[in-house]
Amino acid sequence: MFGYYLDLALRSFRRNRVLTALMVLALGLGIGASITTLTVLKLLSGDPLPQKSTRLFTAEIDPLPAKGYVPGQSKPPWGNLMPYVDAMSLLRAHKAERQAVMALTQAKVTPARTGEHPFFSDAVMTTADFFAMFDAPFEYGSGWNAQDDDDRARVAVIAGFLNDKLFGGKDSVGQVIRINDHDYRIAGVLKDWSPQPRFYAVDLGGRSYGDGDGVFLPLQSARTDGMDPENVSCWETADIAHLETAPCVFVSLWVELAHASDATAYRTFLSNYVQQQISLGRFHRPEVAFPGLMEFLALEQVVPDDARLQTGLAFGFLLICIVNTVGLLLAKCLRRSREIGVRRALGATRRTIFAQFMVESGMVGIAGGLLGLVFAELGLWAIRHQPAQYAKLAHLDVSMFIVTFVIALIASLIAGLLPAWRACVVAPAPQLKSV
Amino acid sequence: MDIQPILAALRKHKIPAILIVLEIALACAVLCNAVFMIGQRIGEIKLPNAIDEQGIADIRVLGTDPKLSADDVPRNLAALRQIPGVTAAAVINTMPLTNNGWNAGVGTSPADVMDKDSPNVATYFFTSSAEQALGLRLLRGRFFTSEEFAGSKLSDSYIPTGHVTLVTQSLADRLWPGQDALGRQVWIDKDFHFTVVGIVADVLRPNENGEGLAAFHWSMFLPLTPGPGGYLNDYIVRSAPQDRERVLRAAVAKLEALSPNAVVRPITFTDIRDKYFANTRSMIWMLVLVCVVMLAVTAFGIVGLTSFWVGQRRRQIGIRRAVGATRAHILQHFQTENFLLSSAGVAAGMILAFGINLYLMQHYQMLRMPWYYLPASAIALWVLGQLAVLGPALRASNVPPVVATRDG
Repeated sequence: MFGYYLDLALRSFRRNRVLTALMVLALGLGIGASITTLTVLKLLSGDPLPQKSTRLFTAEIDPLPAKGYVPGQSKPPWGNLMPYVDAMSLLRAHKAERQAVMALTQAKVTPARTGEHPFFSDAVMTTADFFAMFDAPFEYGSGWNAQDDDDRARVAVIAGFLNDKLFGGKDSVGQVIRINDHDYRIAGVLKDWSPQPRFYAVDLGGRSYGDGDGVFLPLQSARTDGMDPENVSCWETADIAHLETAPCVFVSLWVELAHASDATAYRTFLSNYVQQQISLGRFHRPEVAFPGLMEFLALEQVVPDDARLQTGLAFGFLLICIVNTVGLLLAKCLRRSREIGVRRALGATRRTIFAQFMVESGMVGIAGGLLGLVFAELGLWAIRHQPAQYAKLAHLDVSMFIVTFVIALIASLIAGLLPAWRACVVAPAPQLKSV
Repeated sequence: MDIQPILAALRKHKIPAILIVLEIALACAVLCNAVFMIGQRIGEIKLPNAIDEQGIADIRVLGTDPKLSADDVPRNLAALRQIPGVTAAAVINTMPLTNNGWNAGVGTSPADVMDKDSPNVATYFFTSSAEQALGLRLLRGRFFTSEEFAGSKLSDSYIPTGHVTLVTQSLADRLWPGQDALGRQVWIDKDFHFTVVGIVADVLRPNENGEGLAAFHWSMFLPLTPGPGGYLNDYIVRSAPQDRERVLRAAVAKLEALSPNAVVRPITFTDIRDKYFANTRSMIWMLVLVCVVMLAVTAFGIVGLTSFWVGQRRRQIGIRRAVGATRAHILQHFQTENFLLSSAGVAAGMILAFGINLYLMQHYQMLRMPWYYLPASAIALWVLGQLAVLGPALRASNVPPVVATRDG
């Protein structure tokens, strides 16, 4: 029977070529727009470290003075930025499996070959646990250890793309790289590593998407060599030359817990630390937050408003296309009352008429889905040529490929439901009379 | 024109009629909001910025030894001023729209600096003759004197020690609404205060800073003399627009020769502006594209449905023609019918558009849509409906009366 319905559908399409083309085109445009925006949204709101994001947390405290404090209504004003002193105290307490303090900077890299210009590379100033905690994979060598942090050793980890640029991709461990006019020994070279979104950079003043950082340095060594953090906020007059002791925030602390359930214990620890600082007169506000990675990204609203607006708009457009298809399918079906009357008189049941029309609209859906896929690829191609940070990453993946057809089929079946129902309630006699 | 027969006909085709109404309503709602968003973004791109955008180039010199700035900066400036075509050159800590923010909470007294609603302001520090290099437009008061430049050094807090400032008109209005700002004091923290000596036309901040468009023009300017410290990196070079490219190339060559160890990044101000608004511009194009395609789909939907409608009613049309209706009558019938459906559609659409706007205001940085967007998009859809129905309606009016005598 199914083959017969397909044949009937094809005949009907051939009879109304322009109309069928219009339906497929409209549905394809709607689906293409929806899939394009959905792919971008998925890319932007993805989990940067799916294997352990439930066990990664960041600490937020409020170092602001008592003035203007409203108990219960104030919250940490600078996201997870905190003063250096507090970040280091929490780091040294070792209350979590792993913990790292970090800030971003711009590292001036001077190539060893003469005649080449120095250039700036996005850099992270951090502590030893950073690489293991964030699962950063090494191509050569490894990170540095806690002793190197304390000794302010001049060691560095560089990204694969920087290794390609400076050392032609060869194992450069033990070589020297000149950063901010100081010699650093390369301890390790990372494989391609650029979590999307780059969660640790969100509040530190870095880019949230796009290529990863190029250079990783021990925080204290880099600060000793005069490298300034990208994002500094101070709550009163501060001596910027001595940021470590100034009333300023510029680093953040991330921790990895053994189990997600340990978060309560760590939050209590954090709260106690702040209480202790309040009793010492350093702090005045007891509010703390200890969001997990995904909660943090949601709080910080990393996904740009425009991306969400575009998705909403695309689905509004898809809805219009579906209403449009319902209308056209219905109109077509109403004109075929006589054909239906004849089929009913020859013994077709309501159910078979219903099935016939659903097959017909399903075919419109599949064709719309195929066309939608073409439009989606076209849309993503256009997005890859946009200036946005994430542009280069916009590619259709398998799940979105499947989602396209699911959306197309559901859309067309919904669109076909009303016409099919109208078709199967046609009474045969009056239709036959007028033939 | 009697609308009774039209209503009677529509009652016989409830579902297609409802579908047309629904489609027009959705299109109207989306169109209203999309056009409003487009307008908002065009407003953003066109924000006034009272500096010589066409003539300015910005050259960032990074990675030099900050201890030597006191000597490097005057030497570099002297070299830049020798380039033929350069009308002014100066150094500044940051430039508008470069995303390199230098912000401070300010107040009109030391007590209210730390207030929750004390405004956050962009602070520009620059060396002498930067007013000319930027092309600031003085509205009232005066620019800085050479003594004021010479007497202002950068403190440990990265705030100049001078005691004079220029503020933008918007900032003056924000700090002293309805009053004269000249001669008043602005405080940064408890320790720094500045007397307003001049008010300049609005200059944009390095970035929007998440405080809305109203705050985008809250900028203040402080004089500074070069000293040790790596903060004065942006060399502003002004020339006639037609000389700018040549001047920029010459300036880069000079600066690279003077500081071979530095990273020199040149950019014209028009490029700075284009880069800053690149995302906004692509969003505008995307919105325009969606609107156009959506209207096309809606129009074709109306054409398709009405065509079938006409086909289905050939006999009725024939009968009407046979009993004396003219072609104009038939044409009018379909046009009025479409007008009624469009009216119902835009009525529902305007309510929906208003609802969507309320939702967007709650969840996004969206303003209230001005009322005139609603009637404007209603008219657009009325026109679209009439255009779309014209083809099928003309075909209907060409149905000959003889059809009535035929069976089917």
